[in-house]
Amino acid sequence: MVQVVAKTGNEAMAEAMRQINPDVVAAYPITPATEIVMIFSQFVADGLVDTVYVPVESEHSAMSATIAASAAGARAMTGTSSQGLALMYEMLPIASALRLPIVMPEVNRALSGPINIHNDHSDTFAARDFGWIQIFSENSQEAYDNMLQAVKIAEHPKVKLPAMVTTDGFIISHCLEKIEILDDGTVKEYIGKFPAYTKLLDTSNPITLGALDLQNYYFEHKRQVAEAMKTSKDIILEIGKDFGKKFGREYGFFEKYKLDDAEMAIVCLGSFAGSAKAVIDEYREKGVKIGLLKIRVYRPFPDEEIAAALEHLKAVAVVEKCDGFAAKGGPLYDEIKSCLYDKKQRPLVIDYITGLGGREITHSQIIEIFDELKHTASSGKIKEAVQYKGVR
Amino acid sequence: MATLKELAVREDRLTGGHRMCPGCGAPIIVRQALMAVKEPVVVVSATGCLEVSTTIFPYSAWKVPFLHSAFENSAATMSGVEAAYTSLKKQGKITGDTKFIAFGGDGGTYDIGFQSLSGAMERGHDMLYICYDNQAYMNTSVQRSGATPRGASTTTEPAGKVKQGKVMTRKDLTECMVAHNIPYAAQTIVGDWRDLTKKVEKAMSIKGPKFINVLQPCQLGWGYRMDLTIELGKLAADTCFWPLYEVENGKYTLSYTPKEKKPLAEFLKPQNRFRHLFKPENQKLLEELQADVDRKWELLKKKCDCFGTEK
Repeated sequence: MVQVVAKTGNEAMAEAMRQINPDVVAAYPITPATEIVMIFSQFVADGLVDTVYVPVESEHSAMSATIAASAAGARAMTGTSSQGLALMYEMLPIASALRLPIVMPEVNRALSGPINIHNDHSDTFAARDFGWIQIFSENSQEAYDNMLQAVKIAEHPKVKLPAMVTTDGFIISHCLEKIEILDDGTVKEYIGKFPAYTKLLDTSNPITLGALDLQNYYFEHKRQVAEAMKTSKDIILEIGKDFGKKFGREYGFFEKYKLDDAEMAIVCLGSFAGSAKAVIDEYREKGVKIGLLKIRVYRPFPDEEIAAALEHLKAVAVVEKCDGFAAKGGPLYDEIKSCLYDKKQRPLVIDYITGLGGREITHSQIIEIFDELKHTASSGKIKEAVQYKGVR
Repeated sequence: MATLKELAVREDRLTGGHRMCPGCGAPIIVRQALMAVKEPVVVVSATGCLEVSTTIFPYSAWKVPFLHSAFENSAATMSGVEAAYTSLKKQGKITGDTKFIAFGGDGGTYDIGFQSLSGAMERGHDMLYICYDNQAYMNTSVQRSGATPRGASTTTEPAGKVKQGKVMTRKDLTECMVAHNIPYAAQTIVGDWRDLTKKVEKAMSIKGPKFINVLQPCQLGWGYRMDLTIELGKLAADTCFWPLYEVENGKYTLSYTPKEKKPLAEFLKPQNRFRHLFKPENQKLLEELQADVDRKWELLKKKCDCFGTEK
């Protein structure tokens, strides 16, 4: 039974957590993710879940306790944002190295400094190479669906890796939207029992976890994480397809919007896709062949699939909410360009770094980007490869 | 309390063959503590000597489940293990009675892990935290910590021409833990197996967060002959440099009163880290250190009188 309800991104994620009913949640408040754990704490207080909730004293301890609970054999979750995620950075690669299927909602927010509580993708992008699966959501519905799928993906025997599901701070986390919620029984059946791969609590079969791993073994263990990340690609697709079959909303690595017949395209992640799609519709009416590729799975990075989806284009604008601070460009631009490099025919790629600290990306700015993209496609020349949009 | 005969037949839960230094006090603490627990036990450790020397992959000296993840989070890690245990037990997914012991050195406990420890104690997890306090960062070559006593020479606060080792007095972590109002906090030493065993046994009989601070002579960092470990532990107690006491639900009890309180110098002299204190020009500093020990000992006795068990 499907229920149509109005939920913010945070409420949708908390609702997913209630239905997942994890054994342990250890979390610490941080804007704009706080609400998720506040709502969840009420579920605990009202006896709606079996969860033991550990109200830790920092995000570092949140991730430490979540790792430990997962290692102990429990389905364990936490949730965070920005500085909280940054405080967890030390622990993130430990979670993946121990091959613990932790699922964590992460509400994308700018990193300090200066301190700012609004959306960009600096926090999650900075955690991209820690062996965590990273799934971005455009809206509350995707946030809810991604949370359920993330559990299946992370806990899959061929994956056994942690996963973070992100929404955009305030834009999604606090925006009320109409979404479809599955009933509790359906979710319970869908996610199934927690397959405890690691059982620290089994005192009759003692294991040592987190051993000192020197030159003779460390490399192989890291290589295994990379291999599991690669393997997870098939599983992500399989689960996305199955989700569509079961519940009517199919998911892949990315969403293509009017892309196949397009001559140029925007590449982006998260909530910005909604605004871009609206402007694409305006341009399509005028006969401009523009499309969009919205990346859902940022890690593992679906490089070949993205390249195949973009190679036919004349020009691509990467619109990203993260700066590389004098790297070649933003992180997404680097990777899009890199994956296109081996293609005989490839589009020109421009990077727009925008929206930092929650700065609104206006309709007129999107038009500016599209017009420049049109010019680039027709002239075959890039005016400026890496640009800032919307900054004074 | 278990007799020596009973303890002798219990399984050694930390096997030999690990890579701790000869004469190291830390494995003595671990073996005695784990021997004092009758129930199945799960161990967590902070990064440090104990962890790196007992778990060099693919080997492990631990015959009990053991988890390490980082330096500053031994207590938070145990919080997660204990929460998992509570949850799974409540749901009927596991049975039995398991005990939880987290270990950390003084660096991982007094300094970088202080917040994590404080949080775990405040939240009331059913666990025992044992600090093996060797009074400096020994695993990384004897850097000063919040536990390093005044006057000790370390590699980051060495004795030199104008400075005589550590300037500040050490943090009193046991009292910090008492201030957390946990049901049990205690101090003991390497060198008194009876006291250590008794305290671990008592801690295990109490539900909730427990803390035991064990002074652990470190032959490398303290600079003494490796056969003196036990003797130095005893000297720390006999000089009242490290009083043995416990605080149970706010009640202070001295576990040991030396028949004759020995001068602090007897504890300091065999150790290279205090060698400079015995230069004639440091006579005053030595006297100040003695006065500090005396003052704290008197204060502790007063606490035991005022807040002690009724006799």
